[in-house]
Amino acid sequence: MRNTLAIAGRELHAYFVSPIAYVVTAAFLLLSGYLFAAILLISREATLRYLFGNLTTILLFVAPLLTMRLLAEEQRSGTIELLLTSPVQDWEVVLGKWLASLGLFAGILLLTGYYPLILWRYGNPDWGPVLTGYGGLLLLGGTLLALGTLTSALTRNQIVAAVLGVGLTVLAWLIDALSQFAGPPVSGVLTYLSLSSHFFDFLRGIVDTKDVLYYLSVIVAALFLATRVLETRRWR
Amino acid sequence: MIEVENLTKYYGDLAAIRDLNFRVERGEILGFLGPNGAGKTTTMRILSGYMPPSAGTARVADFDVFDDSLEVRRRIGYMPETVPLYPEMSVRSYLAFMARIRGVTNRKGQVDAAMEACHITDKADTIIGKLSKGYRQRVGLAQALVHDPEVLILDEPTIGLDPKQIIEVRELIKELGHERTIILSTHILSEAQQTCDRVLIINEGEIVAEGTSQQLTDRLTRGTLLHVQVAQPGPEVIAALSRVPGVTGVEPEDGGSYGVTCAQGQDCRTAIAATVVNGGWGLLELRAIEMSLEDIFLKLTAEDTATPVLDEQTEQTVEGR
Repeated sequence: MRNTLAIAGRELHAYFVSPIAYVVTAAFLLLSGYLFAAILLISREATLRYLFGNLTTILLFVAPLLTMRLLAEEQRSGTIELLLTSPVQDWEVVLGKWLASLGLFAGILLLTGYYPLILWRYGNPDWGPVLTGYGGLLLLGGTLLALGTLTSALTRNQIVAAVLGVGLTVLAWLIDALSQFAGPPVSGVLTYLSLSSHFFDFLRGIVDTKDVLYYLSVIVAALFLATRVLETRRWR
Repeated sequence: MIEVENLTKYYGDLAAIRDLNFRVERGEILGFLGPNGAGKTTTMRILSGYMPPSAGTARVADFDVFDDSLEVRRRIGYMPETVPLYPEMSVRSYLAFMARIRGVTNRKGQVDAAMEACHITDKADTIIGKLSKGYRQRVGLAQALVHDPEVLILDEPTIGLDPKQIIEVRELIKELGHERTIILSTHILSEAQQTCDRVLIINEGEIVAEGTSQQLTDRLTRGTLLHVQVAQPGPEVIAALSRVPGVTGVEPEDGGSYGVTCAQGQDCRTAIAATVVNGGWGLLELRAIEMSLEDIFLKLTAEDTATPVLDEQTEQTVEGR
């Protein structure tokens, strides 16, 4: 865990000396602020439910941009050789990298904290769905970041990692789109696999253990695969 | 300290190294000498725990590099050929990070000591991306030292440096070698001779020769090649040079030059100079030619198997061809 935190800390620092973190954060806040204002003015409701629903779409694209550098850059510059010859387990490297991206994402979410404050100042929001909504966004974000970490392990090219990442996150989000044509049991499986089918309960203020477990298992599976991909580098 | 037995590594069907056997004693500096693609980096990557061998075993401080990889990695300081640095970090924070993931407890002290040893203390707060090549190389060396390892593995530590920096790095390695076991690779013969206690010449994945610098030098300078240039070349020059005592061969080259081979242990330069002057051909140049690594490999692979420098194992591989 000490190693994981060391790697995560170094990575977070690297985020803030490169323009990526600032550009992505600024773009995300700009888009979400615009959506917040638009939705609030149209609906006149003190709720973040619609905003959070829309943010998921942006997240599908933002998460791979946050993770594209993580392992691809280490492989391109050769610094991966340094990590893999240090007394550090491969999973500690992967976990540390993912934690860094999660930390940055949590920071970005924190910066959107003034939306509920505005609602509270001028209206009477229901705090339950706001909090579970944030929790859901964090879980979904963590899952998307884990998928992005996986695609970043696959290549030494950041752009390729980002494109693969967007492909994977959008596919995982939309995979239930055809379920109504498939018929059971395939439709059930597709619906269960889809990232989107587990998300919207959070916005209604419902925390279902099944959904939480689903996201956690996708995170573990993606990080496990990323570790295996990293290990195969040793055999090439 | 390091024991390598029948070490073999295949990349697909291609054998990068085949049946390597060697030992390095505690406190010894071993030089890996060989052309690019000889298998030096592959061997070092296996020893550092970066990749497993296809066959054979390697042990560092009695730990197997594959089965006890983490124990080996704790004891090794490794500097890869392309020095892996995080360009956005300062020298100090980079070294502190490397110390941390290698479990160093007294980080500040160890980082300071490593910077001191590599003479980079004055650049401690500089961003690595802004350092010159020579300084980066030294940061790479400091990185390998920061956890005070028993074994140092340095892949081409002087590549890309200017002559002054090369001398500094060599001095540094010799200093470090007083207490540590060091393996370093190079494709420069003189570097191996100056820095290492023992040299292992490796070509196409196999050990071609092994011995101390002195043993190898004696063996390789069995014949001396001289470069002779005269103002008026002609067939009579070749004939006259061939008659000089100790000369074993004369090869005409372009522009009135001749490559003259002398028997080992004889310096024919005085006699050759006298011959050319007496013949009235006008001596323009006379110098001994330093043997290039290519010449050495040609020599080594063309030679008979039974020579004192060759060890048992190498004889077998040579016979096996």
